[in-house]
Amino acid sequence: MIEWLNAIVQGVLLGGLYALFAAGLSLIFGVMRLVNIAHGDLIILAAYLGLSTTVMLGVHPFVALLVVMPAMAGIGYVLQRGLLNQTLGTDILPPLLVTFGLSVILQNALLEGYTADPQKLSAGSIETASLSVGGLSLGVLPLLTFAMAVAVIAGLQWIFYATALGRQFRAVSDNQDIAQLMGLNKAHVFGLAMALALAVTAIAGIMLGVRTSFDPSIGGGRLIFGFEAVIIGGLGNIWGTLAGGVILGVAQTIGAKIDPGWQVLAGHIAFLVVLAIRPNGLFPRVEH
Amino acid sequence: MSALLSVAGLRKSFGAVVVADDTSFDIAQGEAVGILGPNGAGKTSLFNLVTGALSPDAGRITFQGQDISATSAARRCKMGIARSFQVPQPFGGMTVFENALVGAVEGAGMRGHEAEAHVLAVLEDTGLLAKANIRAGALTLLDRKRLEMARALAARPKLLLLDEIAGGLTEAECTALIDTIKAVHAGGTTIIWIEHVVHALLAVVERLIVIDFGKKIAEGPPKTIMDSAEVKEIYLGVDPDV
Repeated sequence: MIEWLNAIVQGVLLGGLYALFAAGLSLIFGVMRLVNIAHGDLIILAAYLGLSTTVMLGVHPFVALLVVMPAMAGIGYVLQRGLLNQTLGTDILPPLLVTFGLSVILQNALLEGYTADPQKLSAGSIETASLSVGGLSLGVLPLLTFAMAVAVIAGLQWIFYATALGRQFRAVSDNQDIAQLMGLNKAHVFGLAMALALAVTAIAGIMLGVRTSFDPSIGGGRLIFGFEAVIIGGLGNIWGTLAGGVILGVAQTIGAKIDPGWQVLAGHIAFLVVLAIRPNGLFPRVEH
Repeated sequence: MSALLSVAGLRKSFGAVVVADDTSFDIAQGEAVGILGPNGAGKTSLFNLVTGALSPDAGRITFQGQDISATSAARRCKMGIARSFQVPQPFGGMTVFENALVGAVEGAGMRGHEAEAHVLAVLEDTGLLAKANIRAGALTLLDRKRLEMARALAARPKLLLLDEIAGGLTEAECTALIDTIKAVHAGGTTIIWIEHVVHALLAVVERLIVIDFGKKIAEGPPKTIMDSAEVKEIYLGVDPDV
């Protein structure tokens, strides 16, 4: 019994990482209806930027966040204004194609720059530290990841509903044309949204790199987990994204408990079941 | 007095449909001008051209002496051009207060308490104060029309473009609206008003421009225009020979 409980708790904590993968994706889709196929590769890019920072400056990966977050935000703004804004329009195909191309370019650039050897961010003793709670052994790192996910989601929620920036996001998301007529520069607002999304991606990349080894090819898989978390939770609902990540994580750890080979498959099955029962996700946004 | 808005030789067509055909006119600072014309004459398209939602095929739009023909819609709003829509288009997921706040912060460049105080004043003037925290998507049609006006006013425009804002209102509501618009005008805001409710229009405007098939066909004092045979024929559908 305790083993199953343990699997569920580990799954919940794993869900925190998936929610971090998904938060940026959810934000971008919510603000500009852009499906970013390169999102997973951007997570891996952030992990590599974290690796370079820790190696060059000799700092802890969490300290490297102070460098990687602004760097990713800058990349996001330039990427959006320089490339992605030009693809947005009534047709949904161009942004899909362009971000798919970007994904290929990123993977190959990382392969060129860092080789295909698996890398890992070393966070020291925190990686193996654990707390014992009522017979369950909880890793400090997964707990920290989950806490970060909750903080990120709460922070995004606060930005969206309590700041001028969030009001700009919601206005352009609601009606781009009217927002422009009310004095909002859509291109700039989209740039800021992508900057924020990639700052979150930086956190996701660092937490991923500390948790497991990574190489340039694994971005696609992170993208899928992120997508599934967003869809399970319901599009446009940022807390739903956290719930979606948790459901995906729990499904995976329970699957792995039954048979280690079933981990990823069980997550996909849970995703399909949710899609079949609630095509709009479990907690779709109630507005409109 | 120098012209606040000057439109010269404006042309715009969508295939065979011409919505602006060599249209030229000047609007003086502080003026209130009405635009009349049958449905499909190009009145709303004219607003779209002035606000920057459409770009003209030819011609020049000058605002405060600056050529704004190629200026972005957002920039034009910040310069002081705001409009209301005939079919209300609120930000449905945001509250009434937030809708107007977008205008005050983004359009008028106000911040913090100044913006909030301004928005509250505008909501009071437009009769929406009691509904400030209601989601705009849940408003009735009348309140949505009020919100169109409130959001435009929140941007503290120098030039306010009103598109059929009186349509569908009761007599009492219409009177209240006329008072609001008169007060805005008295405050120094220049107004261009497209309206089919002619008596409401005539209560406010000092000059009328009549357009049909994208062409300006008459311009002048309201009384002269309303009495002209050409306008009666084209706009009111009255045969001048009768």
